[in-house]
Amino acid sequence: MKSPNIDPSIKKVLLLGSGALKIGEAGEFDYSGSQALKAMKEEGITTVLINPNIATVQTSDGFADKIYFLPVTKAFVEKVIERERPDGILLAFGGQTALNCGVELYRSGILDKYNVKVLGTPVQAIMDTEDRELFVRKLDEIDIKTIKSQAVDTVEEACSAASRLGYPVIVRAAYALGGLGSGFCDNEEELIALTEKALSFSPQVLVEKSLKGWKEVEYEVVRDRFDNCITVCNMENFDPLGIHTGESIVVAPSQTLTNEDYHYLRKLAIKIIRHIGIVGECNVQYAFDPASMEYRVIEVNARLSRSSALASKATGYPLAFVAAKLGLGYGLFELSNSVTKDTSAFFEPALDYIVCKIPRWDLGKFHGVRREIGSSMKSVGEVMAIGRTFEEVIQKGLRMIGQGMHGFVDNRPVPVPDGIDKALAEPTDKRIFVIAQAFEAGYSVDRIHDLTKIDKWFLYRLQNIFDTHKELKEAKSLDELSPALLRLAKEQGFSDFQIGRAVLGEKFAASVDASMGAVRAKRIELGITPVVKQIDTLAAEYPAQTNYLYLTYNGTTNDVDYLHDHRSIVVLGSGAYRIGSSVEFDWCSVNALLTVKKEGWRSVMINYNPETVSTDYDMCDRLYFDELTYERVMDILDLEQPHGTILSVGGQIPNNLATRLDAAGVNILGTGARSIDNAEDRNQFSAMLDRLGIDQPRWRELTSLADINNFIDEVGFPVLVRPSYVLSGAAMNVCSNPEELERFLRLAANVSKQHPVVVSEFIQNAKEIEMDAVAQNGEIKVYAISEHIEYAGVHSGDATIQFPPQKLYVETMRRIKKVSSQIARALNISGPFNIQYLAKDNDIKVIECNLRASRSFPFVSKVLKINFIDLATKVMLGIPVEKPAKNAFDLDYVGIKASQFSFSRLQGADPVLGVDMSSTGEVGCIGQDTSEALLKAMLAVGMRIPAKDKGVLLSTGTPKQKADLLDSAHMLHNAGYRIYATGGTHRFLNDNGIPAIRVYWPSQPDEQPQALELLHNHEIDLVVNVPKNLTPVELSNGRKIRRAAIDLNIPLLTNARLAGAFIRAFTTLKESDIEIRPWDEY
Amino acid sequence: MREPKRATLVLRDGTRFEGKSFGYPASTSGEVVFNTAMTGYPESLTDPSYEGQILVTTYPILGNYGVPPRRRLDGVSEYLESDRIHPKAIIAQDYSYNHSHWQATRSLGEWLEEEKIPGIYGIDTRALTKHLREQGSMLGKIIIEGSATEDEVPWYDPNQENLVAKVSTREVSVHGEGDKTVVLVDCGVKHNIIRCLTKRGVKVVLVPWDYDFNTIPYDGLFISNGPGNPDMARTTVENIRKAMETGKPICGICMGNQLLSLAAGAKTYKLKYGHRSHNQPVRRVGTNECYVTSQNHGFAVDTDTLPADWEPLFVNMNDGTNEGIRHKSMPWFSAQFHPEASSGPKDTEFLFDDFIKLL
Repeated sequence: MKSPNIDPSIKKVLLLGSGALKIGEAGEFDYSGSQALKAMKEEGITTVLINPNIATVQTSDGFADKIYFLPVTKAFVEKVIERERPDGILLAFGGQTALNCGVELYRSGILDKYNVKVLGTPVQAIMDTEDRELFVRKLDEIDIKTIKSQAVDTVEEACSAASRLGYPVIVRAAYALGGLGSGFCDNEEELIALTEKALSFSPQVLVEKSLKGWKEVEYEVVRDRFDNCITVCNMENFDPLGIHTGESIVVAPSQTLTNEDYHYLRKLAIKIIRHIGIVGECNVQYAFDPASMEYRVIEVNARLSRSSALASKATGYPLAFVAAKLGLGYGLFELSNSVTKDTSAFFEPALDYIVCKIPRWDLGKFHGVRREIGSSMKSVGEVMAIGRTFEEVIQKGLRMIGQGMHGFVDNRPVPVPDGIDKALAEPTDKRIFVIAQAFEAGYSVDRIHDLTKIDKWFLYRLQNIFDTHKELKEAKSLDELSPALLRLAKEQGFSDFQIGRAVLGEKFAASVDASMGAVRAKRIELGITPVVKQIDTLAAEYPAQTNYLYLTYNGTTNDVDYLHDHRSIVVLGSGAYRIGSSVEFDWCSVNALLTVKKEGWRSVMINYNPETVSTDYDMCDRLYFDELTYERVMDILDLEQPHGTILSVGGQIPNNLATRLDAAGVNILGTGARSIDNAEDRNQFSAMLDRLGIDQPRWRELTSLADINNFIDEVGFPVLVRPSYVLSGAAMNVCSNPEELERFLRLAANVSKQHPVVVSEFIQNAKEIEMDAVAQNGEIKVYAISEHIEYAGVHSGDATIQFPPQKLYVETMRRIKKVSSQIARALNISGPFNIQYLAKDNDIKVIECNLRASRSFPFVSKVLKINFIDLATKVMLGIPVEKPAKNAFDLDYVGIKASQFSFSRLQGADPVLGVDMSSTGEVGCIGQDTSEALLKAMLAVGMRIPAKDKGVLLSTGTPKQKADLLDSAHMLHNAGYRIYATGGTHRFLNDNGIPAIRVYWPSQPDEQPQALELLHNHEIDLVVNVPKNLTPVELSNGRKIRRAAIDLNIPLLTNARLAGAFIRAFTTLKESDIEIRPWDEY
Repeated sequence: MREPKRATLVLRDGTRFEGKSFGYPASTSGEVVFNTAMTGYPESLTDPSYEGQILVTTYPILGNYGVPPRRRLDGVSEYLESDRIHPKAIIAQDYSYNHSHWQATRSLGEWLEEEKIPGIYGIDTRALTKHLREQGSMLGKIIIEGSATEDEVPWYDPNQENLVAKVSTREVSVHGEGDKTVVLVDCGVKHNIIRCLTKRGVKVVLVPWDYDFNTIPYDGLFISNGPGNPDMARTTVENIRKAMETGKPICGICMGNQLLSLAAGAKTYKLKYGHRSHNQPVRRVGTNECYVTSQNHGFAVDTDTLPADWEPLFVNMNDGTNEGIRHKSMPWFSAQFHPEASSGPKDTEFLFDDFIKLL
């Protein structure tokens, strides 16, 4: 029976997604949106979803009834509303993007006009929390202390406010996601720089006194319209205030708060949520004095957030699902606890474990970015570790972030060029490892606390790990190691690797795999094995049939009875979101789970990323929220004894385990481990291609500069250089001349016999083509060929991809198909795979082959409307698969996948694309032709059509690039845009009869007009800056311009081909020409 | 590596759990119960309702923020709930030897040692809790290496004893000032009940559990929480019955709810494993008002046995058990949960206001 409390007039609901993944807004909103859609579906409500992020789970079949791959902006949403006429709209499930869009829709009267009811928290309440001044006033009304800030609109006002408050101050932009444009300023100079930037994003900037060193604590609060409130979870930051919560290591529940502290803040949180009038979920962040009960409210997020996704995963309480139901009018007392099924959803989870979230940074991927972390977010993903001691979770978590660290100790030292004190006091992404080095150097907990302000409790616990590490090192052999110490080490989260390295020292390095095997054998012999525990929300107080599991050494009994009937299939997930691996692999994992289940097997997931749908315990029969290391996967497989294990849907992490799992006798479903190794191993793969007569760019693995020069004499510049051991910065580089080569090798690589360098010929102006396919026993069953808009040289993860291809010769397509078939046969592929090709004229060369699902699988699956992962999973389950009748030639529309960059958050990073990937997300849009699809996609990643009364700045590298852009310049001119151009480009345009205004580089300060000044004055609305090449000299030239464009929020394109395509699109189409059509109508 | 003494928990049904000793290293015995709260061990340890019990904390890490000073303010403990530790022992997965909090004056281990209470860590408390959930609360012994052996320590069943008599004050004391006087019957009172009353401007006369308060003048009667079986406190029930004749306001908490029910003529029974946590959801009967409450009780009121002029006031949303009663016409009500919290959520502190308004 339907609840009498819900509004019966709501029959169709529009949900706004969050668009492409970006720093500050990542996969967590796929999870919250999916949950909300599920909640609506359960009520029989029709759902319409707008989200251009085609790789998400929520934009898959079976989640929403109608899906629009369109930008989440007012204009597009209005058109969808006009077409769909929904009764209600959900704004809280798509991050800041959806919230901001919702506020605009409300303010402009569109919601009223179409009579669309906002479900859940009213828009006024949202505005009360978003507008800092309103927010402070609102909380003043109930005597809640906030960080008093001065709202200013000019740099001058900011300076006077700061001198009143006293430095250090913090500056924030209003209406910004993830602390965009905010930061600490110790002096006026820093303040001016930051305020100017912040004002470019937001009309209002806030200056406030800094509370550096206070504890940072968050509460996730839920309220229904009957005024019943609960706090589902509280969380404490390991890093004190001063570091954005998205950049902090966070534990749940809080560890250093007394009962009085905990409930004092809890009570305030409830008071706040009632006063603001939230209906659904919100998050309250506090600064809390470590030496008194003084607090300040930092902010309130009136929507589902990254923290709420984390809280859901940390507690098992489905916040987004419940919030969606509350939006419909339910009372909390009407909903049941989705874990126990028969207790009430009105309760507060009791945890009998601790979780630890650790951010994942990829700062090494960006040129010039500052490594310091602070009040604005730079991390690209996060992991969550579950265990029963802090030592256990921190060590697990530090392994999970996957940056070559083995835990808190037993790592390669982190460089501290300016000394340990400075590295502790000025936090970077590596600070936690510096703490280990400080212990090693004899620092006391007190001294580390003085430098870091990290609560001593955490430091004492880290010291425990360090002490155990020291004791392990005293044992000279595994036989000497006492069982008690071995057990203690495992209880403190030491991996077999760490134990092996600490005990065996030099001997360990000589044979890592064998040594780890010896540790494993020894502990199994001693009965030291992990146990499986459930997350049941009530700390075992009530029986729960929960399938949400983790492993720990702090326990003696498994919560789960294993049937050992070999009816389960284990799917390995993709780990932390990072550059190069994100929501697309989550989509693949989830779809594999769904097919496994549909085919009558028990689906088992292993993954540890709290921002994903695959770690939603509803998605599988058993979820192990745990590590994807060989050690932990084997622990789980030993318990689970599955029929088989799927490695090919979770990206590179599971793929890398293939050989070792195979050696341990694991039944890997699909393509065999030897084939995977043959494709991964450059030499073997290359030999195979030679054998098959398949062309590839020439390459060689070399160990001396002389050899490298000899090879280059043969192939010519430019070359792509890939060191096997990276000293600093980028892992790969294109070198165009001997000087560059020498410099790169000197700076970045250490060429030697131990550390060879791979040098490949770099083919210029070649097309790059992707082949995504599924094969069964070596025969291709389904495939999709797509082409990059950019020429080869832009990483395939950054490139703009078009499917089906529109500009490829039929001949090229046929060759690609033929070569792919040959490779599939040779490697006897059964499952998903991807091959990247270069094509110039009709010659094709293989660049790379991965025997796993690729980043573009969801994109091609959705554009073609054939689920590649479903087919691949069937193949892996041994079910015969028929070739689908449809192929890409049947499509009368085009899909474009475009990349989202997050340079605005990465202060100092040069926003230029190269052979290393730097995008954080992507969108995929469908249109009638390339231009329409591209325009949608570019608008969806934050580009905008330049305003007619503003100019476009062109500054385009090589003569070839200039010539390529000539057409575009004509189009711009014909469309009435003012063109600004730097020296060479200006001359070229004039020579070709296109009027342009010459502007000057920052290196010519005496000339006028200055490009930077025009940018600062917002007279330019699009910057096309194409570096000639990626040499430091060339890069430094345009860098200030590019950076200014990013900092001033002016669209920037750095690739001539993409710029050309975009200019063509917006000069031939108006925004109003864009068709509003749902996915199912293509 | 620390090498603490071995400590073993032996349950009445023969189940054994091996752990490590902290706090005071002496063997002991009692009734093993679990609490799922994630904070508040100093409050729980001084809660008289735990008298005679061995407390298992399901939150795995214990002792993080040390122990606050033992300070008295207006005749009651400032930070704690009574003057001593009541449980016979405490059990956790992991003990934090080092603590950190500005209010702490010593570690949990040091405090336990001072008060001669053993602690054990290194126990799979989740497995233990599941066992107690399935089998019900049961007697247990804690055997510390080097102390009394299993044979030397007898089983101890606190439910056979009049625990209320054991923990109640021996003499009458007065707390706070005000025009109105509240008689607070100490069945094992938590000091925060006294604080919650006095901070509302009333004079509290704290009397022993069996004191005949009908002989002194007062404006309202308050029955405190307390340990064990309510049937043991017959004298208090008799005194409440007499007080009912005056028609003055009566309020009870926890044991107070059970004693008021008994005085009204209802019956109580022992729950399989009790409610001991900070997250018990209760609903005010007949409304949409729900509260998260702190609880600590092993017995419950049988709602079906309430006489016709009484009605349930609150109900537990998880298992439907009674969470409070009220008289249909007289100013008498009580709650099974703890509106004074400490430890736990403070959402229902308004019940004190409701009571004061009746005076």
